[in-house]
Amino acid sequence: MERGKRRILIAKPGLDGHDRGAKVVARGLADAGYEVIYTGLHQTPEQIAEAAIQEDVDAVGLSILSGAHMTLFPRVMELLAERGGEKIMVFGGGIIPEDDAVELRRMGVAEIFTPGTTISEIVSFLDKNFGGA
Amino acid sequence: MDKSSWLKEHYLPSSLRDADFTTVSGQELDPLYAPEDVEGLDYERDLGYPGLYPFTRGVQATMYRGRLWTMRQFAGFGTAEDTNRRYRFLLERGQTGLSVAFDMPTIMGRDSDDPLAEGEVGRCGVAIDSLADMETLFEGIPLRDITTSMTINGPAAVLLAFYLCVGEKQGASFSELGGTIQNDILKEYIAQKSWIFPPRPSLRVITDILAFCSREVPRWNTISISGYHIREAGSTAVQELAFTLADGFAYVEAGIAAGLDVDEFAPRLSFFFNAHVDFFEEIAKYRAARRIWARHMREKYGAKDPRSWMLRFHTQTAGCSLTAQQPENNIVRTAFQALSAVLGGTQSLHTNSMDETLALPTEKAVEIALRTQQLIAHETGVANVIDPLGGSYFVEALTDRMEREAEEYFRRIEELGGVLAAIDQGFFQREIADAAYRYQREIESGKRVVVGVNRYRNEEETLSIELLKIDPAVEKKQRDKLAELRSSRSSSQVDASLEALKEGARGDANLMPLILSCARAYCTEGEIIGALREVFGEYRETPLF
Repeated sequence: MERGKRRILIAKPGLDGHDRGAKVVARGLADAGYEVIYTGLHQTPEQIAEAAIQEDVDAVGLSILSGAHMTLFPRVMELLAERGGEKIMVFGGGIIPEDDAVELRRMGVAEIFTPGTTISEIVSFLDKNFGGA
Repeated sequence: MDKSSWLKEHYLPSSLRDADFTTVSGQELDPLYAPEDVEGLDYERDLGYPGLYPFTRGVQATMYRGRLWTMRQFAGFGTAEDTNRRYRFLLERGQTGLSVAFDMPTIMGRDSDDPLAEGEVGRCGVAIDSLADMETLFEGIPLRDITTSMTINGPAAVLLAFYLCVGEKQGASFSELGGTIQNDILKEYIAQKSWIFPPRPSLRVITDILAFCSREVPRWNTISISGYHIREAGSTAVQELAFTLADGFAYVEAGIAAGLDVDEFAPRLSFFFNAHVDFFEEIAKYRAARRIWARHMREKYGAKDPRSWMLRFHTQTAGCSLTAQQPENNIVRTAFQALSAVLGGTQSLHTNSMDETLALPTEKAVEIALRTQQLIAHETGVANVIDPLGGSYFVEALTDRMEREAEEYFRRIEELGGVLAAIDQGFFQREIADAAYRYQREIESGKRVVVGVNRYRNEEETLSIELLKIDPAVEKKQRDKLAELRSSRSSSQVDASLEALKEGARGDANLMPLILSCARAYCTEGEIIGALREVFGEYRETPLF
């Protein structure tokens, strides 16, 4: 499938307002040819799961810098599964220590991108997981 | 010989290294600066002497010979007890001022038992729900003897009230208390995005604080107008400078419109800038900021008190410049950034810790960061002479250019109808998002080198530093404490004070005395903000990227 047919939701769960990373990634993925939807700030896991289902996305990218990732990532995954979205890939980034990233991957998060990641790294990851651009 | 013939005959024929000779903000630079670059410079008009208008060379006559800058490490995590221990640790190691980092629920005006607080309590700052937590936070720290900076915006009036009450309980009068609340709501809509109310009622709360403090808490810095977050969100140095000062002017105009005399409140306005990695660009930014503020305050706003002309500022080294790769390199980055802040004449400084791209700082990491400031202060000799770079062809030319480009932004903002109108139109948000994206592209293309990230990578790197872990039990502990508070206080007093606050908010009473009554009745932060939210409503942003 071409990138343009893949829809990606970039979301900011929780209370923190640090949206630089989320916005740069959103624009970078759009420039790479994906269809990108950005939720804006201060979204609850319920709102994010709902938007993902409504928009029929292929992946959800979560960005958290407040340290709430161990609560909010699993919650979004749970709610996606409840709403029949268990096939939607979830990836994320932010200020996330490696130990937590390992745990999140174990829970089924496809990948955690920490500071220093390039947009092209995220694009190649998505291409690979979507089975080629 | 003049500069252009030197360029033609000697410089251009030589070969150059394959590199990008621009500042980190993308400004083109000449290879050399010479007397002709500062031809229009008039010493008295543009530089003057330290402590004298237009303060380009510093706001005090003695600068660091009189007193070193305040070493104020930003800290907060977990419960008030945890953070109180960290404060004592830092004070024992020679920190000279406190700076409180609050957790996200506190910053957003929510109590720890609010459903939206789940997972966030004590995570990226300390959880403060009521005066009771504030009492614990400062236990054993005499507020009469130390100044405290609080990074709080939407609910600044509430946290200030808690602080004043703690001082009162320690036996200090309001007039003896000194410190800073950030209280800069405009930059929240522009960059930091921790807002509660819409802009107009937010400005009303701020002018109430200005009026109250000018009468009752004269040593308090009522707004710390912040470029720091504008820069962290991805702006260039000029955007940081211009947007921050534009916000400052908007507060001055709001104060004047609220009927205050400019000299009544302007001397207590302070600033907060970022110290990014481009050494000279940063130094020029601080010098230009002082000059622009002085000129506008005197010429445009008619301030007569020289203290209204002075731009005093705190600096924090750039968190966004730190890397998760090879984190020890961050110690070096931070040292250079701190040095630029000192050479630029800062009044107060926070140095970031090497581990902050991964977690909150450990004691070890924050100690190194504090020691970095002490090394600059006591070993390098840079505090011996005031504005040592003054008169440098390059620094003066760059300072002039920063001023010119900031003035250009002021004109554009004016054309859009002022700061509030520009926020409504997403002007700042778009400018910053564009700059952030451009910067990311420069890193990806290798045009901009980041050591350890896109050059000199270490593929075998494994993390060798320890990280601070926040115990998940913190959240439960904080909620239990809050439940206990709710059941032990007088509910009639709580209700009555909240009702009075709502009444005041509907009218035009100064809100500070009403918030102080709520604080004394142990109303929680969430209850006080909730009452105001009922009257003022909540802000919603249109998401763009």
